[in-house]
Amino acid sequence: MLSRTAEQLYWTGRYMERAENLARILDVTERLAVQGRQRDQGASEWHAALDILCAEQAYNARYGDVGEAGVVTFLTLDRENPSSIYSCIRTARENARALRSNISSEMWESINTSWLAIRDMTDTDLQTQGLREFLDWIKVRSHLFRGASYTTALHDDGFAFTRLGTFLERADSTTRLLDSKFHLLADSGTDPAANYYEWGAILRAVGAFRAYHQLYHDVITPIRVAELLILNPQMPRSLRFCFDHVSDFLETLCAGRRLECERMAGEFCAQLRYGRIERIEARGLHDVLMEVLDHVAGLSAQISRDFMMTV
Amino acid sequence: MAADSIFDEMYGLDGTIRSPYDGIAEWLAATGPATFATKREQADLLFQRIGITFTVYGNSAGTERLIPFDIIPRILTKPEWRILERGLFQRVRALQMFLADIYHGQEIIRAGIVPAAHVLRNTLYRPEMKDVDVPGGVYVHIAGIDVVRVREGEFHVLEDNLRTPSGVSYMLENRAVMMRLFPHLFTDNRVAPIDHYPSLLLRQLRSVVPPGAPDNPTVAVMTPGPYNSAYFEHAFLAEEMGVELVEGQDLFVRDDALWMRTTEGPRRIDVLYRRLDDDCIDPLAFNPDCQLGVPGLLSVYRNGGVTLANAIGTGIADDKSTYPYVPDIIRFYLGEEPILNNVQTFRCGRPDDRAYVLDHIADLVVKETQGSGGYGMLIGPKSTKEEQDRFRRLISDDPDGYIAQPTLALSTCPTFVEEGIAPRHVDLRPFVLTGRDGMAVVPGGLTRVALGRGSLVVNSSQGGGTKDTWVLED
Repeated sequence: MLSRTAEQLYWTGRYMERAENLARILDVTERLAVQGRQRDQGASEWHAALDILCAEQAYNARYGDVGEAGVVTFLTLDRENPSSIYSCIRTARENARALRSNISSEMWESINTSWLAIRDMTDTDLQTQGLREFLDWIKVRSHLFRGASYTTALHDDGFAFTRLGTFLERADSTTRLLDSKFHLLADSGTDPAANYYEWGAILRAVGAFRAYHQLYHDVITPIRVAELLILNPQMPRSLRFCFDHVSDFLETLCAGRRLECERMAGEFCAQLRYGRIERIEARGLHDVLMEVLDHVAGLSAQISRDFMMTV
Repeated sequence: MAADSIFDEMYGLDGTIRSPYDGIAEWLAATGPATFATKREQADLLFQRIGITFTVYGNSAGTERLIPFDIIPRILTKPEWRILERGLFQRVRALQMFLADIYHGQEIIRAGIVPAAHVLRNTLYRPEMKDVDVPGGVYVHIAGIDVVRVREGEFHVLEDNLRTPSGVSYMLENRAVMMRLFPHLFTDNRVAPIDHYPSLLLRQLRSVVPPGAPDNPTVAVMTPGPYNSAYFEHAFLAEEMGVELVEGQDLFVRDDALWMRTTEGPRRIDVLYRRLDDDCIDPLAFNPDCQLGVPGLLSVYRNGGVTLANAIGTGIADDKSTYPYVPDIIRFYLGEEPILNNVQTFRCGRPDDRAYVLDHIADLVVKETQGSGGYGMLIGPKSTKEEQDRFRRLISDDPDGYIAQPTLALSTCPTFVEEGIAPRHVDLRPFVLTGRDGMAVVPGGLTRVALGRGSLVVNSSQGGGTKDTWVLED
């Protein structure tokens, strides 16, 4: 397939996933801010949301004080913020429009319908609808796009590039979310009630609350949340799950050619497959997570070199 | 002109319903206004969702707009269509021969039918194409011929589009939307199908591969990009034919061949259906400021490394200043009388014609010979004194740059407008395909409708709409 098409499919997948991840980050932020035990915890959660996205500077330049109203606008409907949900959908839609002949009409229509709905939405509309409703709607739009991809597109190279974008973006997001919350909630220590509410909120935001209880049958502890989101092979938002798929799709795409991106993905996949949470904890969770972010960025660049700059 | 002298597609001249419209008349009478309003809304939503939009130039960059779609179809009978089809084939065949001739022996010039200066001094004549043999001798693989009706059985050709005619995707999507909204209309009326257009197009494109191409040649559609007004159509055709949609940045020239960049390295292209003007196709050969094309493409093309559809240099045959010669071009190459008439045309480059045009400008339509899309024209009866004076000056400064035609009584067709159902002027653009082994056309074409009362400008860039076009089986 055309290199440009591969690149546009990859970024369409990434931006749709990013819109969903933003919704999930806002979801957990709002849950934690509402149930904050200390009076200033609400504010620090909204700070954390910006921190996860490395967006504090861009925010401060235009909004000033960090608070719920500002951060919600900035991350949802802000036309000027290139990382808002609005901008993600717009970019995904622009890519998809350029891809018209390469994606199924149902994939296109799902993205285009999302765009038409969010295009004219105002802050007032959002307030009327309610933040949680809006975030759920974004998640549904993302599910719909993914569903249309799975069930109406050929599972060929183009599909693989879209999915690569999805899984790398998701791995990036899970890593950032974990790192931020470990940092912020470090002082909750072993208080089981605090752990239940705070880590429970995170699990709910990534749709893993039930999964946690099914797997561990026990109280929520931070380290098990980390284990679930890093090493579990069945949890769709875990790093292990994401990289298993990245590795599989790259194997398909390389089709026997020995390309560096496939080796890199395989190597990292093995680390996750044979890793243990105790070892990760001993090395320092933050350091390990920073390595993961570097790895995602490095792999993304290598994929670009191997498939998109072939001539 | 008096309203009663205008032929209506549904009511003819005398106001009685013409037989092909019996079914539609019944349907219009039996369906309540509320239903129509709902269906029209549904149609708009469908077009919006499918993304059938075009980009408006001169507006803020990249504004996407829907082309208004009217749900009352325009209907032709099979006998009418047979005449049109024969006339279209005749005209396109002659224009192909004209192109082959002026880029080779130039017999028509030596015969004195078309003046040498008219051809050779025209900027649309491409000396680069002199003595180049194009595969199958085909220059115009896709032609869009604009036809208007003035009376029962009387059609005129208003314009030939032989470069990169657009609109065929609207023809196909209009039908798809009509069938979705009003399926019973298609069980009650026997409408000739048109959906096979993309497969016909692919067949014709594959028939004109350059010598030495593989058995399974690679065809691609080339677009200027997503911001081009017709991008939807480019993507639509690539998708329907199952071929790649490429931009200049995806292509490069090496070893006398054209290649596209793929995830598995370079892949050779044999036939390129390009939707870019000649000027933009190769910055080394033509306009160096246009970066949408491929450096070196002309040289590969001239050496037979790739087929371009349409060929380079076809603009000389559809230029409005060539149009008046077309009936003689048909007589010269085919020895036949034209089946479809031209509209009477005054060439401002001729002193007598110019004097007439300057005197009667208020009654005439004045067109730039090299303009397109309804830009740069004056509709005399609808113009102000200032506009008329401006065009008088333009004509005097550059007489060869303008032609003029009497305002035609274009036929009307019932159309939904704000005041209800009212007659609006329509034209018809059928798409004629030519391959190595012959010509093909799907029955019908794109009907464009001028939505303003009395307006004669059907171009979508000027607010025109479209209709589904039916050819009824016998």
